[in-house]
Amino acid sequence: MSTPRASRHPSGRRPKRLSPSRVGLYAFLLITALFFLTPLYVMLVTSLKPMAEIRLGNIMSLPAAPTLDAWTTAWSRACTGLSCNGISAGFWNSIRILVPSVIVSIMVGATTGYAMSFWRPRGAKLLFAALMVVAFIPYQVFIYPLVRIFSQVGIANSLAGIVLVHTVFGLPTMTLLFRNHFASLPLELFKAARVDGAGFWRIFLQIMMPMAVPIAVVAVILQVTGIWNDFILGLVFAGRDNLPMTVQLNNVVNTTQGERTYNVDMAATLLTALVPLCVYFVSGRWFVRGIAAGAVKG
Amino acid sequence: MVAAAKRLRIGSRLPAQIALAPALLIALVLYCGTTSWTVWISLTSSRMLPNSVFVGLRQYDVLANNDRWLASIANIATFGALFMTAALTIGFLLAAMIDQKVRAESLLRSVFLYPFSMSFIVTGLAWRWMLDPTLGFEKLLHDIGFADAHFDWIVRPDRVIYTLVIASVWHAAGLVMAIMLAGLRGVDREIWNAARVDGLPTWRIFVFIIIPMMRGSFATACVLLATSVVKLYDLSVAMTNGGPGIASEVPAKFVMDYLFERGNLALATAAATTMLITVVVVVAPWYHWQGRKARMAGIA
Amino acid sequence: MNQAPNRSSVSLRGVEIAYGPVRVLDRLDLEVAQSEFLVLLGPSGCGKSTLLNAIAGLTEVDSGEIWIGGRNVTWEEPKDRGIAMVFQSYALYPRMSVRKNMSFGLEVSGMKRPDVQRRVTEAAAILQITELLDRKPSELSGGQRQRVAIGRALVRDAGVFLFDEPLSNLDAQLRAELRTEIKRLHARLGATMIFVTHDQIEALTLADRIAVMRDRRIQQLGTPHDVYMRPANKFVATFVGSPAMSFLSGHITEGRVFETSTLRLDLSGYAFTAPPSVGMPVDLGIRPEHVVLAPGEAAAIPARVELVEPMGSDLLAWTRIGEAALTVRLSAETPVAPGDILPLMFSTRRLNLFDAQGERL
Ligand SMILES: Nc1ncnc2c1ncn2[C@@H]1O[C@H](COP(=O)(O)OP(=O)(O)OP(=O)(O)O)[C@@H](O)[C@H]1O
Ligand SMILES: [Mg+2]
Repeated sequence: MSTPRASRHPSGRRPKRLSPSRVGLYAFLLITALFFLTPLYVMLVTSLKPMAEIRLGNIMSLPAAPTLDAWTTAWSRACTGLSCNGISAGFWNSIRILVPSVIVSIMVGATTGYAMSFWRPRGAKLLFAALMVVAFIPYQVFIYPLVRIFSQVGIANSLAGIVLVHTVFGLPTMTLLFRNHFASLPLELFKAARVDGAGFWRIFLQIMMPMAVPIAVVAVILQVTGIWNDFILGLVFAGRDNLPMTVQLNNVVNTTQGERTYNVDMAATLLTALVPLCVYFVSGRWFVRGIAAGAVKG
Repeated sequence: MVAAAKRLRIGSRLPAQIALAPALLIALVLYCGTTSWTVWISLTSSRMLPNSVFVGLRQYDVLANNDRWLASIANIATFGALFMTAALTIGFLLAAMIDQKVRAESLLRSVFLYPFSMSFIVTGLAWRWMLDPTLGFEKLLHDIGFADAHFDWIVRPDRVIYTLVIASVWHAAGLVMAIMLAGLRGVDREIWNAARVDGLPTWRIFVFIIIPMMRGSFATACVLLATSVVKLYDLSVAMTNGGPGIASEVPAKFVMDYLFERGNLALATAAATTMLITVVVVVAPWYHWQGRKARMAGIA
Repeated sequence: MNQAPNRSSVSLRGVEIAYGPVRVLDRLDLEVAQSEFLVLLGPSGCGKSTLLNAIAGLTEVDSGEIWIGGRNVTWEEPKDRGIAMVFQSYALYPRMSVRKNMSFGLEVSGMKRPDVQRRVTEAAAILQITELLDRKPSELSGGQRQRVAIGRALVRDAGVFLFDEPLSNLDAQLRAELRTEIKRLHARLGATMIFVTHDQIEALTLADRIAVMRDRRIQQLGTPHDVYMRPANKFVATFVGSPAMSFLSGHITEGRVFETSTLRLDLSGYAFTAPPSVGMPVDLGIRPEHVVLAPGEAAAIPARVELVEPMGSDLLAWTRIGEAALTVRLSAETPVAPGDILPLMFSTRRLNLFDAQGERL
C-alpha cells in the first residue's frame, strides 16, 4: 500500500485504488460475497424450476421457464405425514407463538432489568448470577423436567406453554439487555425522579421506558428472529396443533412419498426464512446493534 | 437495631421486590429446580419414566462406554475446533478488509451477515440440497467437465462433519465480522497514523498492534461461538439427521434422542449433566472476570 | 416565590453510613439553621454526596437520625421531606420538555393543573428560561440545562434546597454567573440551602458557614472568614486558599518564640488556643497575602526569589527562606525578579500555628 513518493497531489489516496493489493482486496471480497450469496441464489432458482429441469440441469443454472408452482404447493399443498396442507399452518402457528412471546418476554425482561439496576431488591444478585450462567447452558439440561412440570400444571403442548418457555429462555438476554442499558444511565436521573416523588412504576413507565426505546427496538429484533428461528423448543413444547414453521418445514422436507420435490422443499425453506430476512433487511444497522448488544453480556 | 432500621425502609422497595418476583421464581424453579432434577435423574436407574432408585454414577459409566456418545463427543470436538478457527479467521479477515475504506461497504456487510438472521433449519436444508451427491454441486462439477470430480462429503461418514462446518461457518462468519468490525472501529485512528508514520507495513500493524488491542472482541466472539458449538442441534437434524450412521451425531442430539425416542432418561440426563459441567467449566472463569468488572462499576 | 416563610432547619445526629465494609460517614453531627446557606467543601470521595443523599433520603443511614424542620425524617421518603435537589449532571428527564421537567414532580404530587402552570411560569420567569419552556433538554446549553434543573427544584417550594456540585460541569464564566444567581435566589427565597462543592471559591463566596469535610468527618464548621483566617487544622489550612498556605517547620522556645534554623519569630501577639510547651515542634502557616515587604526593617527576614508569576492584579513570588518554601503575594507593580532577596515581615495575628498532629494551637 505504498504511495508514489513524488506525487504532487495533496491526497495520497487516489493511486491506491489501482494498486495490486487494492485489486486483490476487492477480488477477495467479491468472491467471498458470491460464496455467501450462493445458497440464497440456489434456493431461489431451484424453487422456480419444475422437477424435470432440476433433474436434468445443474443447480446453478437459471430456470428456463420460471414458475411459482413450487411456492404455491409449498404454501398450501405440501405434505407432512398424512396431511397435505402446506406449511401455511406452520406460518400462522409461528405468528401465534411469536406475538405473545415477544411481548411477554420483553415486558418481563425490561421490568426485571429495571428493578435490578436501580432498586437492588433482595435476590437481585442471585438472579443476575443465574441469568449470566443460564444464557450459556444448552436447553437439554432443562427440557425434561420442564416437560414434566408443564404437564403437571396443564400447559404441556399448548400455546401458553410455548410462550412461557420462550419467556423463560428469553429472560437472560432480555434482562441483561435492559439492565445494561439502565445501568448506563446516570443514577442522578433516578434520584431526581425519587425526589420528585415518582414511585417504582411511574419512574419505569414515564422516565425510563421512553429513554429505552432504542433498546426495546433491539430487543424486538432479537426476539422476533430468535423465536421465529427456534426449532427445539417448538418441537418439544408447542404441541402438535401449534408446531412452528421451522418444525413443519423440517417435517415437509423429510416426508417423502415417492420422488423428492426439491423445488417445493426450497420454496418452503425460503418461505420459512422470509420473516427473519425481512426483519434483517428492514432493520439493517439495528440488527447489528442487536447482536452486538446481545453478545456483550455483562 | 440496624437490621430493624433497614427493615422499615423496605416499604419503598416493595414494588421492586414484587416486580422481581416472576424472574426470581423462574430462576429458582425453572432454572435451578429443573437443573437439579436433571442431575438427580442422572443418578437413578430411570428408563421410560423417572424413578428414584439411586445408582450413583453408574449412568456416567455407561455413558463413557456408549459408542454413540463417544462418537458425538469426537464429532463435536472436531466440529468445534474447525468451526471456531474458520469462523474467527474468516470473520476477522472480512472485517479487516471491509475496514479498508472499501466501496459498497454496507452492501458487503449485509451480504456477509444475512445468513445469521436465518435459522439453522433453513441453513441445514439449503446446504443439504447444494451438497446433494446426485443433483447438487457434484453434478455441477460433472456438467462443466470434471467427470471424475467427487463432492459427496455429506454421505461419507469420514467427511460429513466437514459439511456441518461449512454450513455453520457460512451461518456465523458474518456475526464474527460484525463483532470484529465494531472492535476495529473502536481502535483509535491515531494509532494507525502513528504506526504508519513509523513506516510499519499494514500486516505488521494488524498482527502486533491491532489484534492485541482487540482482545475483548475476540473473547466475545469466542464465547458466542463456543456456546453455539455446545448447543449445536438443529443443524445436525436438518442437514444429516446425525447420519450417515452416527457420523454426524452431536451431544445435544444424543440427549434429545434418548429422552424422547429411546426412553432412557437416566442416560440422557447423564449426558445433559456432562454438557452442563462442560459449559460451567468454560464459562466460570469468564463469568468471574465479568462479575469483577461489574462489581467495580458498582453494579449488581 | 411563596410569601409564606417556608424554611426548615436541618439537623443530623450521629449519622453513620457504610457501603459494605467501607464506612463513608462516621457518627456525623451537623446543625443547619433556618435560612442558612451551608457549603459542604471537601476533596473528591470524602462523602459529601453521601451526606447530601442521606439528607434527601436517597441513601439509607445505618444509624443516627435526620431531622428537617423539627421532624424526624430519618425513614421518610424523599418526596415527603420538604426538600428539593439539584444535581451535578443536571439529571433532566431527556424525553420531556422543559415545562414537563419542571411540572413532573408537582403533577406526581397531585397538584391541580392551573396551580402547576402558575408555579412553573413563576419559576421560569425568575430564572429567565421562559422562552425555553417548550424545548427538550438536548436542545439546551449546559448553563441553560442547569437553570432548568434549578427551576425544577424551585417549583417544589421546598424548605431545604440541596445542591450537589451544580456548577462543576460548567465553564468558568457560566459558573460565576450561576453562582451569583444562586446567591440571589437564596436572598429572595430565604430557604435553607446546603451546597456541595470542591471549589473553594464557590464555598467562600456563597456560604454563611462552610463545613470542610475529609475522611468521613467534618474537619471544621465555621464562617468563610473563620475557615480562611483560623483554619482548625493543617488539612483545612491547605485545602482552603489558593495558592495554598506556606508552612515553616520549627519549634517553640522560651518566651513564646518560634525558631527554625534560619529565623526567629516573636509570637507574643498570637492568640493561642492552649498554652504551648517549650520545645514542642510546630508548623507555622502563612498565607501569601499576609506577608509584607519591609525594606530597611532590621527584623525583616530575607527570602530568595525563585520564580515570579504575574496574576494580572497582583503577582506571586515563590521564594525560599533557607530550605523552606514560602509563597508571597505582592502588588503587580513590585519590581521583583528571580534571584532577588526580598526583606519580609509577617503579621503575628494572622499567623497559624499547628502542632505535630496538625491541630491548631
Ligand atoms: N454505591 C457505592 N458503593 C460503594 N462505595 C461508594 C458508593 N458510593 C460512594 N462510595 C464511596 O463512598 C465515598 C464517598 O463518596 P461520595 O460520592 O459521597 O464522595 P464525594 O465527596 O461526593 O466525592 P465527589 O467530590 O467526587 O463527588 C467514596 O470513597 C466512594 O468510593
Ligand atoms: Mg459527589
